Amino acid sequence: MAGLDKRVATYEQALEGLTDNMTVLAGGFGLCGIPENLINEIKRRGVKGLTVVSNNCGVDGFGLGVLLEDHQIRKMIASYVGENAEFERQLLSGELEVELTPQGTLAEKMRAGGAGIPAFFTATGYGTPVADGKEVREFNGRKYIMEEAITGDFAIVKGWKADHYGNVVYRNTAQNFNPLAATAGKITVVEVEEIVEPGVLLPTEIHTPGIYVDRVIVGTFEKRIEKRTLKA
Amino acid sequence: MALTREQMAQRVARELKDGYYVNLGIGIPTLVANYVPADMDVMLQSENGLLGMGEFPTEAQLDADMINAGKQTVTARRGASIFSSAESFAMIRGGHVDLTVLGAFEVDVEGNIASWMIPGKLVKGMGGAMDLVAGADNIIVTMTHASKDGESKLLSRCSLPLTGAGCIRKVLTDLAYLEIENGAFILRETAPGVTVEEIIEKTAGKLIVADDVKEMTF
Repeated sequence: MAGLDKRVATYEQALEGLTDNMTVLAGGFGLCGIPENLINEIKRRGVKGLTVVSNNCGVDGFGLGVLLEDHQIRKMIASYVGENAEFERQLLSGELEVELTPQGTLAEKMRAGGAGIPAFFTATGYGTPVADGKEVREFNGRKYIMEEAITGDFAIVKGWKADHYGNVVYRNTAQNFNPLAATAGKITVVEVEEIVEPGVLLPTEIHTPGIYVDRVIVGTFEKRIEKRTLKA
Repeated sequence: MALTREQMAQRVARELKDGYYVNLGIGIPTLVANYVPADMDVMLQSENGLLGMGEFPTEAQLDADMINAGKQTVTARRGASIFSSAESFAMIRGGHVDLTVLGAFEVDVEGNIASWMIPGKLVKGMGGAMDLVAGADNIIVTMTHASKDGESKLLSRCSLPLTGAGCIRKVLTDLAYLEIENGAFILRETAPGVTVEEIIEKTAGKLIVADDVKEMTF
């Protein structure tokens, strides 16, 4: 099974081939389910000029926010940003380009990218600044705008468990954008909390089948909570 | 008297029906969850990928992998399901959510809504709001009737960049419940003690007072 064994031993190997000006798709929603060690490895490698596609951009000092510290991100494609002061500073000074995309459109762009669909029509954003410059078509009396798919040179994904074949399951709402990013990377790298023996994950429970996955690595995670809210 | 945030949530909750799937936005809409009638079973959708959002967790239940769309830690209730963001927005964009409640800066007589961007101020993004307003048939907007400076938020034409065009039919403000029909706001209900005259004065867009306008009771 060596040909289908996706496991790598080090984070350096996990992101081998990542170079300047590439596009990186990252899973996660807020700080939930983010590939925190892979992000730290991007920082360690020092690659610059990246286009990063992710729902959010982390916070100061954690998650994708760490890639702002050395100006590694040239362009951010996201639905909601600005939870970090450095992001705001770089945006206002023009050092960082931002393309704001509705959350459902962002998810669908990744899904389409992974499924070989180059573009799709959606009502989301029609009549708003998001529609500027986009083709409009009418179907059944309603107006839709054309949105193009997104693919990445790399996809960085956080799973819960994976097996040697790269089959992945996610835990609770840490799933979010991860399975979508996983389908749309030329090289998809998944970091997980545990690698289990083949056969342990049931075929019926796999969220991301191994065909999408190129490399799997096991890591340890801080799992920082952004808004700790307890029952009154 | 203008409605309190809690009264606004209570009034919105009267629109719930047994068996509804509901998406609640951040702020006043979130409070609606506290007023679901005990004899109703309503499933809350959180657009990060959770259908069946439960209460906030106890210390023992706290789980970093379990959050809502507002990034707060939550629990899942009995009958809940968890899925990807694409699946979540398929529910929203496919029109499967029965009721969506969200806030806004402005709405107008054409059913346009502006809720995400104030030019000149830092724009953080639209999140899922554009998907929610484009995907749902049944939306209630909750907001104050006028700004702190007294400027009406119910306009002939939204002045801010839109979140969605022609998608709003129901608005609950701190002063009134209104519906949007044929290019006008229809005043259906007034907040207790608020006069129709005050609402007329604070509504910039065309306003028609319904023949059977009622005063809300709590």
